[in-house]
Amino acid sequence: MKTRIRDVGGVRVLDLEGKITIGSGDVELRKSIEDAITTGHNNILLNLQGVTHIDSSGIGEMVGCFTTMARKGGKMKLLNLTPKINDILQVTQLITVFDIYDNEPEALNSFAS
Amino acid sequence: MSLSAGGQGAATATPLRRRPASLMLYFARMAREARLQLLSAYENIELAQRVLAEVCGSADIDGETTYWVGMALREALANAIKHGNKLNAEKRVLIHMLVVDGQIRIEVEDEGEGFDPASLEDPTSPGNLLRSSGRGVFYMHKFMDEVTFRAGQLGGTRVELIKHLSARRES
Repeated sequence: MKTRIRDVGGVRVLDLEGKITIGSGDVELRKSIEDAITTGHNNILLNLQGVTHIDSSGIGEMVGCFTTMARKGGKMKLLNLTPKINDILQVTQLITVFDIYDNEPEALNSFAS
Repeated sequence: MSLSAGGQGAATATPLRRRPASLMLYFARMAREARLQLLSAYENIELAQRVLAEVCGSADIDGETTYWVGMALREALANAIKHGNKLNAEKRVLIHMLVVDGQIRIEVEDEGEGFDPASLEDPTSPGNLLRSSGRGVFYMHKFMDEVTFRAGQLGGTRVELIKHLSARRES
């Protein structure tokens, strides 16, 4: 998995590309979130437009990052789900847990509210 | 990596990335059947998924079906490597893929100590929804039509995954 990091306003945006799967992408995602937290970023937006696969470990890592952020008083939101990633969040019923956007400015503005 | 297909031949390939792996591929019946023996490294999941894509491609199975069956295969392999073989890179995972009678059948067997699938909790129940693990077998059930666990000949777990090619995936 490749990760591009952008800081837009007060939001750390992670543009993810490739597979968030066991042994590689899941670990990289966790490190990116940990890095964001340790550098003082409380608002994280995961852009999933380039993500092709998320296995159960990847989903677990996303949930773990979401709860970690919430415990620290921060927020983690999702942007640009592909149809397949949307399907996965539907079947796991996590679609109701995450705050999901398909428009980046709208997603960024939502952190202010 | 290129994969040879067709006939009754056997092929060998080097592992992906840096981890040690033992791999044997046997293709048969116009590449609609494949047997693999992998060592327990996550990198080998990618290799198995590529072989599945070759098998499905040779049988003219659509990309959408191949994708979701591939996701189920990934989960079965992750379970075999992590929970079955406890990440012991010297332990094997055996895989048999077969397209026959309008079905894709996949068997994945590990050298672990077996497990009881009845002990698994529903990851979509409210109390489990935010757990960071416990969705692998759930994935398999969602993406395949039949999922059966039994004791394997190696002493571990053998899971059989079946997809009926005429059936639509429930989501």
